Amino acid sequence: MESGMNEFKEGLLNTLKEIAYPLVAIFISVIAGGILVYSFGNDPIVAYTAMIKGSLGDWNKFGETLVTVTPLILTGLSIAFAFKCNLFNIGVEGQFIIGAITAVWAGWALAGLPAILHLTLTLLAGAAAGGLWASVIGWLKAKVGSHEVINGIMMNYIAMYTSNFLVRTALNIPGKAYSVEIADTAKLWRFSQAFEQFKHSRLHIGIIFALIAALAAYYILNKTVRGYEIRAVGLNPHAAEYGGISVRKNIILSMIVSGLFAGLAGAIMTTGVQYRVNNLFGFTGYGLDGIAVALVGNNHPIGVILSAFLFGVMQKGGPLMQIQGIPKEVVGIIQGIIILFVAANFVKVVMENIKRNRDLKRAAVNEEVE
Amino acid sequence: MPAVIEMKGISKSFPGIRANDNINLKIEQGEIHVLLGENGAGKSTLMNILYGLYQPDEGQIFIKGKPVAIINPNVAISHGIGMVHQHFMLVQPFTVTENIILGKEPRKGTTLDLDKAIKDVEEISRKYELKVDPRAVVQDISVGMQQRVEILKTLYRGAEILILDEPTAVLTPQEIEELCVILRSLVDQGKSIILITHKLKEVMSMSDKVTIIRRGKVIDTLNTKDTNIDELAEKMVGRKVSLTVEKKEAEVSAPILEIKDLRVLDKRKLEAVKGIDLQVNGGEILGIAGVDGNGQSELVQAITGLSKAEAGEILLNGKEITNLTPKEVIASGVGHIPEDRHKRGLVLGYSLSENSILGSHYLKQFRQGLGLNYHKIREYCRRLIKEYDIRTPNERVLAKSLSGGNQQKLIVAREIDRDPSLCIASQPTRGLDVGAIEFVHKKLIELRDEGKAVLLVSLELDEIMDLSDRIAVMYDGRIVGILDAKDANEKKLGIMMAGGSAQDAV
Amino acid sequence: MEGIGIFTILGIVVTASIRSATPLIFAALGGNFSERSGVFNIGLEGIMTVGAFSAVFFSYKTGSPWAGLLGAMVVGGLFGLLLAFMSIYFKANQVIVGTAINILAASLTTFLLVEIWGRPGQTDNVEYFKAVGPFNLFTYLAFALVIVSYYVMYKTPFGLRVRAVGEHPRAADTLGVNVYVIRYICVIISGVLAGIGGASLSIGSMSLFKEGMIAGKGFIALAALIFGKWNPIGAALACLFFGFAVALETVATNLPVPREFLYALPYIMTMFAVSGFVGRSVGPAAGGIPYEKGEK
Repeated sequence: MESGMNEFKEGLLNTLKEIAYPLVAIFISVIAGGILVYSFGNDPIVAYTAMIKGSLGDWNKFGETLVTVTPLILTGLSIAFAFKCNLFNIGVEGQFIIGAITAVWAGWALAGLPAILHLTLTLLAGAAAGGLWASVIGWLKAKVGSHEVINGIMMNYIAMYTSNFLVRTALNIPGKAYSVEIADTAKLWRFSQAFEQFKHSRLHIGIIFALIAALAAYYILNKTVRGYEIRAVGLNPHAAEYGGISVRKNIILSMIVSGLFAGLAGAIMTTGVQYRVNNLFGFTGYGLDGIAVALVGNNHPIGVILSAFLFGVMQKGGPLMQIQGIPKEVVGIIQGIIILFVAANFVKVVMENIKRNRDLKRAAVNEEVE
Repeated sequence: MPAVIEMKGISKSFPGIRANDNINLKIEQGEIHVLLGENGAGKSTLMNILYGLYQPDEGQIFIKGKPVAIINPNVAISHGIGMVHQHFMLVQPFTVTENIILGKEPRKGTTLDLDKAIKDVEEISRKYELKVDPRAVVQDISVGMQQRVEILKTLYRGAEILILDEPTAVLTPQEIEELCVILRSLVDQGKSIILITHKLKEVMSMSDKVTIIRRGKVIDTLNTKDTNIDELAEKMVGRKVSLTVEKKEAEVSAPILEIKDLRVLDKRKLEAVKGIDLQVNGGEILGIAGVDGNGQSELVQAITGLSKAEAGEILLNGKEITNLTPKEVIASGVGHIPEDRHKRGLVLGYSLSENSILGSHYLKQFRQGLGLNYHKIREYCRRLIKEYDIRTPNERVLAKSLSGGNQQKLIVAREIDRDPSLCIASQPTRGLDVGAIEFVHKKLIELRDEGKAVLLVSLELDEIMDLSDRIAVMYDGRIVGILDAKDANEKKLGIMMAGGSAQDAV
Repeated sequence: MEGIGIFTILGIVVTASIRSATPLIFAALGGNFSERSGVFNIGLEGIMTVGAFSAVFFSYKTGSPWAGLLGAMVVGGLFGLLLAFMSIYFKANQVIVGTAINILAASLTTFLLVEIWGRPGQTDNVEYFKAVGPFNLFTYLAFALVIVSYYVMYKTPFGLRVRAVGEHPRAADTLGVNVYVIRYICVIISGVLAGIGGASLSIGSMSLFKEGMIAGKGFIALAALIFGKWNPIGAALACLFFGFAVALETVATNLPVPREFLYALPYIMTMFAVSGFVGRSVGPAAGGIPYEKGEK
């Protein structure tokens, strides 16, 4: 059993190492954000205190923060999972939208079923729709080599118009710019129904599903044969093919799983919070946020959870910052800076330069003895 | 008269390795000087410094007695130094002319003067008797012509000193003779030439002086006519080297691999394998000799399922394996040591243990319930590390941190331990030091002595002749002849590699 | 009477297509320089956004649309420099950096929009470029730049070096061509051109900046580039094709298809173009791969 303990310790150490770099990047970005706030004549301490209070100040606020965190975990997982196969699933936004609208349809059209069955089917329908939407991108990449970024972005727009079309026609409420509402049997249970502390928040059990999804993602990627194959394709498709792994199948599969997470995010948004879908004039933003979440979480499912929490805090703290006189768009800018720092592997590059200089000095002094 | 090039006290380190250690080198006007050393000895690094691609940590360079700081290739070029690299530096979609003039383009105002460029190329082509077609696109021309283009690139810039890095790697024995003639002719026109090579035979036939480099240090500088191959080999490696491989007579049994009329297309949809019949028996090593690019790679890819066989049959132990997936081919009992270990053989970002199961990763022995049993996988890798003497701190390090030799050992270990009926070894010792080369050769002979079939594909004629029991020569997608190893010699094989038939060689 | 009717409609569609294609052409030409040198610039969308915003801002501050155009070029160039720095010095994943720039551009422009005009959504009207003949200045500039780009890329030594750097940077390096400098120049040029593209939207046919006004045109321009096989003239023709799809929206309200389908049409067509259903195209061999000096 000692080896089991060692394995666990080592897994923990590896996980910590993986999230170390992003943590430092966040730290630097927080400083950068503070400087930005200061340069517009506001007090950074006031700004950040307001941000924390606005998101974590009491149980209700905490609940609301978790409401925002839930879809971020799932879209973050979506992107992270695809990245493990070296795919940039920027189409997560479109898969989210399709998941949401499909959930509306299932939640409305399948009314009359017992609650647990109805809810399960609704969530599954939303996830499956996202997976299907993503499979197109995966298939195009695998079959024709077509770039998943451009196709993903195109399908985001197509998804938006498809959703609007359905809101205007099949799922229409005459005279309104939003869709029908889902039946009560398809709505996610809210904590406010049993817990006094969360009475004024919309916190729902979707957060539990999101956490389970993260654990499932971790297990699939790191402990299964399929995960081994997906990661191999992501690291070196030529060697993977040589080792008998089907590159095409795994690309498509990764995109489908990625789309499942994104579609589930949209479905949970519908069944847990909105209960309907509006006519969209732009993107929801959960997709782009998912990219930031995944990058900062270093594409590790546990890192994604922590990262989603961080972004949730930033976003929910925005309105309170606003009241203190600091425009909430600062949050978006800090997010952009964080991504730039993480993308640059800024910390890693600097550390590697330091290490290289140290190694050069060492090699010059010693003789290499085989 | 001062030496045309003198490098004094040159040292250069990279992370973890001292590539050049206080090297002194003198090149005289009009000589062909060879830098001899094993793979990784530091010869290329030294010449890259001379050409301005690297900067030395210590030391100085003198050209015709004057100290110079060669901070980039432009400076080297301005001092009359030109370099032909081991892997050609040619822009494939460009024409011969565009490749030659790049960076020193003739102009008419702001416009590129391509007409003058073509005329200039034709002129120097004539002057140095290096035949090229100025308008041809590089990706369509032969390897021989590509090398001439590379040499013309240096002469176009007025090179007086030419550095050639492993120039014979891609040539047939006859083309090597032609290169020899070209080099002597250049020397007659006043040029000085530095050759980098690890091939002892070429040192003897092509050079005036040889400097031996080992582990970044100069061991000795000798006049070629005062030395011999054995002495050079010993200085190069640091101990007595047996230049032949010990092996007993082959005990051949039933055919394990049978190929009938195989046709395979290359990346550009042209036929690369044009109807091959081949057989490898149990207990023998069949070597395939040939210059790179004559269909050997495509042949191997078709057998292993990585490329489609357009026509023909491949049988393993009597069972048809034509166009099976790589997974099915591996499961049928084929091991494959790929020609490019970084591209095909390993996932560099994976640990050694994860690499050790590549190809067998789905088998029950590594499973536990729904997932993988990493405990068993690591145990398996540790056994391979021990049995095959792989130098590594443990099985959890990433494959990219291993040296080339140890990476290859892991691949060999993995493929052989699976107990295949047929083992395909493609350039198995490329880029390895002598110790690793000996190891790989030993393992392949062991396999053959156990009654397995070994298909050896190599560009090194010596390796083919040392290891093989029978030798097949591939030229232009066909087998032009199959000889018993004892009937084969370099001259015969060279003629066949260039397209002649076995009869021509007698 | 009917004959004249058809020509009028055709005329409207053609001019509408050319107008819609104009911003795409600038972005596609910019993308061409960047990608030919080996740097994948997916941040064109974000640079067009900041370009559009800067054009309005500088026109607002000075009352002159020419200042707006100049501002858009400078800001576009700066963002191009940022992308270049991240991709070349930090060797960051170019797709991620481009995406980061897109996110940053959206947040930054919204932030400044609120700071300066006090409300989100859109700015006030500013001085803009009125049309000369059927088109405004930007359209004429776009076509002129297509010809200039073609000349530079295929008829000058600089263009030869750019293409060499994009195909085989090490070969160029060994001949003394400075790979890094060429890439920096090309990516900055792509930023400047994308900036002009954004300006053509905000102070060309319109007179203000609206959140989300770029609406994916930066990506459609990339698709046009691929469709046009990385050739300035081919890309421009592809842009006209996409411009046609966008123009259809305005003319085809009488067609028996749901209007959402028409809105989605340019994006659907882009997918077909990029997926080789209309001919394969292979990009520069070294595209997207950071260059390391001295790699063995």
